[in-house]
Amino acid sequence: MSEEIILYTKDHEWIKKTGDQSYMVGITEHAQDALGELVFVDFPAINAEFSKGDAFIVVESVKAASDVYSPISGTVIEINDALNSNPSMVNSDPQGDGWLCIIQSENADMSGLMNEAEYKSLLETLDH
Amino acid sequence: MSFIPHTKEDIATMLAEIGISDIEALYDEIPDEFKIGTLEGIPSAANEMEVVREITALAAKDKFGLNFIGAGAYEHFIPSVVWELTTRGEFYTAYTPYQAEASQGTLQLIYEYQSMMSNLMAHDISNASLYDGASSLAEAILMAIRVNRTKDSKKIIMPRNLHPSYKAVAESITTKQGVELIDIEFNPADGLINTQDLDSHSDATALVIQNPNFFGSLENVDGLTDWAHSQNIIVIAVVNPIAMALLKPPGIWGERGADIACGEGQPLGVPLSSGGPYYGFMTTRGEFSRQLPGRIVGKTLDSNGNEGFVLTLQAREQHIRRSKATSNICTNQGLMVTASTMYMSLYGEQGLVDVAKSCHSKLNEFITAIKNLKGIEVLFDSERFHEVAICMPKSSKKIIEYMESHGISPGLDLSLYFPELENTVLACVTEVKTTEDIQAYVSLLEEALEVIE
Repeated sequence: MSEEIILYTKDHEWIKKTGDQSYMVGITEHAQDALGELVFVDFPAINAEFSKGDAFIVVESVKAASDVYSPISGTVIEINDALNSNPSMVNSDPQGDGWLCIIQSENADMSGLMNEAEYKSLLETLDH
Repeated sequence: MSFIPHTKEDIATMLAEIGISDIEALYDEIPDEFKIGTLEGIPSAANEMEVVREITALAAKDKFGLNFIGAGAYEHFIPSVVWELTTRGEFYTAYTPYQAEASQGTLQLIYEYQSMMSNLMAHDISNASLYDGASSLAEAILMAIRVNRTKDSKKIIMPRNLHPSYKAVAESITTKQGVELIDIEFNPADGLINTQDLDSHSDATALVIQNPNFFGSLENVDGLTDWAHSQNIIVIAVVNPIAMALLKPPGIWGERGADIACGEGQPLGVPLSSGGPYYGFMTTRGEFSRQLPGRIVGKTLDSNGNEGFVLTLQAREQHIRRSKATSNICTNQGLMVTASTMYMSLYGEQGLVDVAKSCHSKLNEFITAIKNLKGIEVLFDSERFHEVAICMPKSSKKIIEYMESHGISPGLDLSLYFPELENTVLACVTEVKTTEDIQAYVSLLEEALEVIE
């Protein structure tokens, strides 16, 4: 079994393959830190379809509400219900228990996404 | 509010500070196609003397006879203390203050208003008010589209017995955003929504139910609400707050209750004053709190454990979400809300019930007095509140002219809005009308029917 591959967007979402045609999506450590403590996650409807780059989730913190953009085109087949009662899990574990949703996609277009090293160098340019 | 003039030098200094050459550059992000050089029909600027002269002339047109026109604005008795308190310096502003939390008194007042309005509508939450009743419906329609994620359509069922001005405002605000407003007929016999027409629109996003409807008739709100929910359609209730003291409030219509309630707040302590300023209200279920437009005041504790009031759920609002805010046109009518809060506090629950009962019995007294006049037909066989449609045997236009010239406005000429309702007048009776007023109306109408050919 190969090590799981996580890809990143320039808008600070992450995506990883979790099944034959399914992909888990969330926001990065950098994104949760910039937003501050989350108080609400506004999910799309199950089976809603989105194109790559569509704003499909809104994460709301005490100071802002921000769009989360879909890293690929596909259908939302599962959302992280646990965040309804405990949205701050996104803060404590953004790439683990704080995942947002699972998207189903037949031919996921991964173009424009970054690997971990590329994303890290993007973050370094943002720090300054 | 302070008058803060900017000199040309002030403006030049500010522009230099942010590094742009002229004020127009601030609006660069607006595409040219949306910029209008001149506004047709808007006169050029007038000086203070000219404005005072014109407004005084307009004010002189006000007549102070007996008014039997309701149709969305209602004359109620307003105890003097309501406006005595409302116009105190501490409250005297039209808006929620910019540094809101520094004005704890204003925030507490809005919190009390929200609490009373939620109770009156049997909903969990209320906003701090909107611009007026008609625009509150437009906002409710946009909210319903955000809330209803089971429907791709932006179709809204708008029964024709809804207030025609509400429909016109909703059209202006929503149809440019891809919303489709669908007319549904009313039954000629009872004035109620024709339910047979509904089934062909089960793909709609929301159903608007005005109760009492524009003609004053009481809809089968339970049946309509349950039908809508069985089709995953959001129910928007447009209601009169005084009527809700006596009738079933939207939050308990049908099995699950209407999803959003909105309407005109004017009946609660705001005078008719030639049509405004009034205010709109909106209430909803707790689960929809993040889609509710406008400001919301919440109660909390400060770090020392003292009770305090704050603006809450602001992340939905325009200063944070910009073009994605729940609304960018949701003016809060702070001063009118202050009057309504005073009015509701003063009357209390039983007081509002008494006002509503009095309106109802006065309307019945009026109908009894008028229906025996020769040639008069009372339209719409249904339970009523506030309003009654009367078909005249002669020209409604001439009857209205004659009666107004003798000091009584007999009602709204319905044929102006509903061509099929020829020579029909919509008359309104509230608790302020006495038996003598009603007799005066009946006598003058009798006279008018004799005089007019």
